[in-house]
Amino acid sequence: MNNLLRFSGTDRYVATDDLMMAVNAAITLARPLLIKGEPGTGKTQLAQEIARALGRPLYEWHIKSTSKAQQGLYEYDAVSRLRDSQLGEERVHDIRNYIVKGRLWEAFESAVQPVLLIDEIDKADIEFPNDLLRELDRMEFYVHETRELVSARHRPIIIITSNNEKELPDAFLRRCFFHYIRFPDEATMRAIVTVHYPHLKRELLAAALAVFFEVRATPGLKKKPSTSELLDWIKLLLAEDLPPEALRGTDPHKVIPVLHGALLKNEQDVHLFEQLVFMHRRAR
Amino acid sequence: MLVRFFFELRTAGIPVSITEFLALLAALEARVAEVSAQDFYYLARACLVKDERHYDRFDRVFARIFHGAEQAFAQLVATVPAEWLQSLALRAFSEEERRRVQALGGWEKLLATLRERLREQQQRHAGGNRWIGTGGTSPFGTGGFNPEGVRIGELGAGARRAVKVWEQREYRNLDDTVELGTRNLKLALRRLRRFAREGALDELDLEGTIDATARNGGWLDLKLVPERHNAVKVLLFLDVGGSMDGHVRICEELFSAARSEFKHLEHFYFHNFIYETLWKDNQRRSATRIPTERMLRTYGRDYRVILVGDAALSPYEIVQPGGSIEHWNEEAGSVWMQRLCAAFPRLVWLNPEPAERWAYAPSTEITRELIAGRMFPLTLEGLDLAIGELRRPLGGAAAALAGTGATSVTQSPPPGVS
Repeated sequence: MNNLLRFSGTDRYVATDDLMMAVNAAITLARPLLIKGEPGTGKTQLAQEIARALGRPLYEWHIKSTSKAQQGLYEYDAVSRLRDSQLGEERVHDIRNYIVKGRLWEAFESAVQPVLLIDEIDKADIEFPNDLLRELDRMEFYVHETRELVSARHRPIIIITSNNEKELPDAFLRRCFFHYIRFPDEATMRAIVTVHYPHLKRELLAAALAVFFEVRATPGLKKKPSTSELLDWIKLLLAEDLPPEALRGTDPHKVIPVLHGALLKNEQDVHLFEQLVFMHRRAR
Repeated sequence: MLVRFFFELRTAGIPVSITEFLALLAALEARVAEVSAQDFYYLARACLVKDERHYDRFDRVFARIFHGAEQAFAQLVATVPAEWLQSLALRAFSEEERRRVQALGGWEKLLATLRERLREQQQRHAGGNRWIGTGGTSPFGTGGFNPEGVRIGELGAGARRAVKVWEQREYRNLDDTVELGTRNLKLALRRLRRFAREGALDELDLEGTIDATARNGGWLDLKLVPERHNAVKVLLFLDVGGSMDGHVRICEELFSAARSEFKHLEHFYFHNFIYETLWKDNQRRSATRIPTERMLRTYGRDYRVILVGDAALSPYEIVQPGGSIEHWNEEAGSVWMQRLCAAFPRLVWLNPEPAERWAYAPSTEITRELIAGRMFPLTLEGLDLAIGELRRPLGGAAAALAGTGATSVTQSPPPGVS
């Protein structure tokens, strides 16, 4: 049966060989897959595409700096129960009325094997991953209030993303497969753009990619443009219906590429890039 | 074979555990990977390596272990159930292809040549398509024939995967060797962070609730206190240039360690001593100057300040207006230092010079007096002490300062103005 479950990218998502291998290993062994990589390289999208490709329901759990592991399992709303008891409500007698299910619980209850995305786990407190060890390992947890054990009907395919803001604990890492999404090389990038904009003119794509990799190569940028920014930019170029010549910019007065706002996200970067291009042109 | 691989990885400093090794075996048994070295490489990497900084080390070990791996891989394959190999049989070479391989001296020779050429290549991936052709790189199977296998020279058109992936060492830049040096410092800095995690729960304000309920005539009135956020805020001041050049390395290590530990971290550079301006970017120091006064206004008292510098300078640079060696300063450095102390009660100075030498530099002594003795050497022990100092609750620190008379200095006029 496992042979049927193979992820090989979708019509909207280009997966490299090593990424596919990591995903398939994680699916086959039903272990979480930890994905790292530069922002904008499609980490979050991966989970969505896996769910789509395999036709599975997707549960997304987005982590914030205040998130706690318990919230993913369930929360006991003691406060409203206390209030209800004051008001003499009937439902107060059953504690189950006050157990609010979290995303993990929902995923565990799914009738078919679901995909669970735990997004940006590094945003949470440093102990957060440690609090999920048993849940990810055994795919079960204990509800103390009702004394019941919740275990997964089907082990979910768990995709965890991280932006590397914090180190993750070893015990947690040991339970995951790991993949680092490298920034795509030019050929992969071409494939990605083609997937998103199949009717793009070839010259425009070539010119756009050249400008894009030139911008990325600028030393000292605070935020290097990534795949998602390139896609945005190309969308803009298409909307403006610009000819490829406009991108080559031989005019020395227009030093930076048109619509650069999609690529460079802060003014220091724009300024730096301007200066560098200017110096470069003068040197020629 | 795999066991040796496992131990080699550990020797190379990649923290692989038995759990991960078993996961790899389970994945092999579940036939996640086809019988190709490249698939095996990807699979092993996903199972065993958990940090992209270790990718390069992994590549090196992999190349070394599976360097002469035809037999070894065959052994590995031999332990694998037979139907695993069926896909290979289905894709066996055509007669013509077999002949061509034979013409080149047989499969074994082909591989030997390939390895030799790989070794000859100076820059492994540059010009790779001239040396090695297209397709996958899976020369290893029981039968020895694989249509996706390694092809040499004229047989293949250039392709991306010309050289084995692990020999390209694409992850070299991610192997952060500076990180190794900073691990100790990181441990110490982590304490500072741990301190901020107290009270991570949404709390019921018990006293407030009792109070409010009592006022309410016994009718329950819940009071909650907001959750305390995880926020150690740190301002880092780094001395650059001049006498600090020898210490730049150790400073940068501390800096890179600190960077990943705190959510709120602002860094500033200064030269020799704090005067009326600081800068944020050392490369463009004139363009990014910030008035110290604005900095004092911007950040609240709850920020903790860490200064890093050797405080080895002429005493005039501290106590005299105009003493700075770089520019004319209206007010003496000591005045600015006192303002800093007053604005941020929790402040330490880390000095890369060994503590025994401090007494020989008068400027160091003056600085220590200015900051009420809170100067610590840049060692693990010194960091422990410094962080202990920074962890002190605000009231305590202020009280400690009051004893030395260092808090009231903001109002004092600049000394030495004639």
